[in-house]
Amino acid sequence: MLSDTDKKEFIIVSKKMAKTLFEKIWQQHVVTNLEGDTSLLYIDRVFLHERTGSIALKSLSADGRKVVNSDQVFCTMDHIVDTFKGRNDTTLMPSGQDFIVATREACVEANIKLFDVNDPQQGIVHVISPELGIVQPGCTLVCPDSHTCSQGALGALAWGIGSSEAEHALATKTLRVTKPKTMKVEFVGELADVVSAKDMILHLIGEYGAAGGAGYVIEFCGPAIENLGIEARLTLCNMAVEFSAFSCLIAPDAKAIEYLQNRPYSPKGEQWERAVEYWKTLYSDSQATFDNVITIDCANIGPTITWGTSPEHTCSVNGVVPEVKLNDNGLEDQSYIRAMDYMQVTPNMRLSDLAIDAAFIGSCTNSRISDLRVAAKILKGRKVASGVKAICVPGSTLVKKQAEQEGIDKILIDAGFEWRESGCSMCFYAGGENFGYQKRVVTSTNRNFESRQGPETRSHLASPATVAASAIAGHLADPRDYL
Amino acid sequence: MDKFTQHLGVAAALLQANIDTDVIIPSREMKRVSKQGLGDGLFANRRYTLPGSREINPNFVLNKPEYANTSILLSGANFGCGSSREHAVWALKEYGIRAIIAEGFGSIFYNNCIRNGLLPLVLSEKEIAALTDFVWSDPQSNRIHIDLEKQQVTASPGQIFDFAIKPEQKEMLIHGLDAIALTMKLNAEISAFQQQYLKTYTWLN
Ligand code: SF4
Repeated sequence: MLSDTDKKEFIIVSKKMAKTLFEKIWQQHVVTNLEGDTSLLYIDRVFLHERTGSIALKSLSADGRKVVNSDQVFCTMDHIVDTFKGRNDTTLMPSGQDFIVATREACVEANIKLFDVNDPQQGIVHVISPELGIVQPGCTLVCPDSHTCSQGALGALAWGIGSSEAEHALATKTLRVTKPKTMKVEFVGELADVVSAKDMILHLIGEYGAAGGAGYVIEFCGPAIENLGIEARLTLCNMAVEFSAFSCLIAPDAKAIEYLQNRPYSPKGEQWERAVEYWKTLYSDSQATFDNVITIDCANIGPTITWGTSPEHTCSVNGVVPEVKLNDNGLEDQSYIRAMDYMQVTPNMRLSDLAIDAAFIGSCTNSRISDLRVAAKILKGRKVASGVKAICVPGSTLVKKQAEQEGIDKILIDAGFEWRESGCSMCFYAGGENFGYQKRVVTSTNRNFESRQGPETRSHLASPATVAASAIAGHLADPRDYL
Repeated sequence: MDKFTQHLGVAAALLQANIDTDVIIPSREMKRVSKQGLGDGLFANRRYTLPGSREINPNFVLNKPEYANTSILLSGANFGCGSSREHAVWALKEYGIRAIIAEGFGSIFYNNCIRNGLLPLVLSEKEIAALTDFVWSDPQSNRIHIDLEKQQVTASPGQIFDFAIKPEQKEMLIHGLDAIALTMKLNAEISAFQQQYLKTYTWLN
């Protein structure tokens, strides 16, 4: 029998040995510890795209450096490529072709697998990496793209980096990383009908602020997370960067393993068995402690939308624009005033009174097959309001194909949506196609920043269901009215 | 890479939280597969009257004559959040910015600064307000001094603020180190690690 002091001791020791999921993956990848809390981490996979990857590869080669382990480096054409039928290397974005050609040449030179413009596996990096089984539980994956955190949904440590860091990872297979603090965000309770992962993440950012996750790596967990499908988890994790987190993770469970089985780049045969055995060890020990814990009751989450120019400017889709926030000195928060002026909204204005010019379903947040199915369910047999430009851009060529097999394309086209080839498209504005000067857009993307989707366009972030409902209504609308 | 040891310069305040990298440089200003030619696109949506134009907006702080040659920015929380585009840092540098003093930074942006010799420096809201007050009446005369070695920001002689920075990042900036060259010295260690690692995690090879 253990004495009480022994028991206490035992608990302390087991707490010390207990590790979070993040800690397990981190330790596994430490090549060596550098100064302070910075370590040299081994990087399993690097993903590039033509927007930032082209510059990284070009600069690397200009410095006379080589890509090591090019087998584990992948690249896609998603950001700049047009999404019109019959597209080629020419783009509406001025000089876009230069990026496409430079990327292709650099990939050939460095012997990197490229998902080129009309490759059947082409698509948005954070859609195709999971879809093809390139990201896997327990691996480290980096990409010069801030939404790389999406891929943490499969239990990988995946995060966005800059070009210089991408060069570092390509040339050394490692990165110098300062260890983030850990935060647990637990979602309890059940989500109401039509309320989705997008609403969950918007709700979190609205409650805790756009800098709420700064300095942390987040583990999303709890019964509501377990209930989410993998695609919904990817949506949730996608916006961890809008919460300013270093990145985020979800422990891989049976759903994640099932999702990865038989994907083109997933391990096969005996390797699969070995991998699965290891993936099953990837969870936070029950005694593990986090630097911060947030619990959110899903009963409090409804369809959520943004009214301003920061992802923290959220409210209920059938609610009103809030009063101007006061800062610590009791003064009106200038970011609120600027955002209201930019968005042409005022406190207490009803969101549903805002007429829209356009509706967009797409982006690495919400362009997977499950998103398109939700939109189709609402749009079936209905019409987009006149004067509303409505566009759907599937996240990958495979998603597009799947949707066409299910007849989703037809439902959307009949409703009045344009049906596009896959890519980032008008998730961002690079001087090419856009929604137009000061147009108001309801969008399933992740950034409502000033001029993000066009010159002074006004973007309202929402779930695909809310976008579909609003497209029909012609103004911001509650999807629950269109079930 | 450029070294950063000490700097005395004109500071301008953009006191707003969440200035994202789309604001620092809009995507449409990233026209070439290059790290150069980006200074003109810095804050383009605010610096010029209309999106895409080059007509100077006289109300934007950096366009005011008293803020000529600004090399230090003062800002709010979460500066540089959003897109990972390193163009934001390249544009700031090309414009002549050497340091940014803010309540906090987007983590990717922060690393991008360190890799390019631009100093991201965190102070509290109060301290930044004090600096803004000091600068405001005469920005050209009331310059701010930053000493990275001592980790201090000085406004008027009596106004000295200490700041924190990780030792590794301080080293990089002070000596203008190239992280890749530094890591390559550890190549033997990396190879040994990789060999062991891939014996265990065979499917990741
Ligand atoms: S869809 Fe939008 S947010 Fe996602 S990677 Fe492309 S541009 Fe970035």
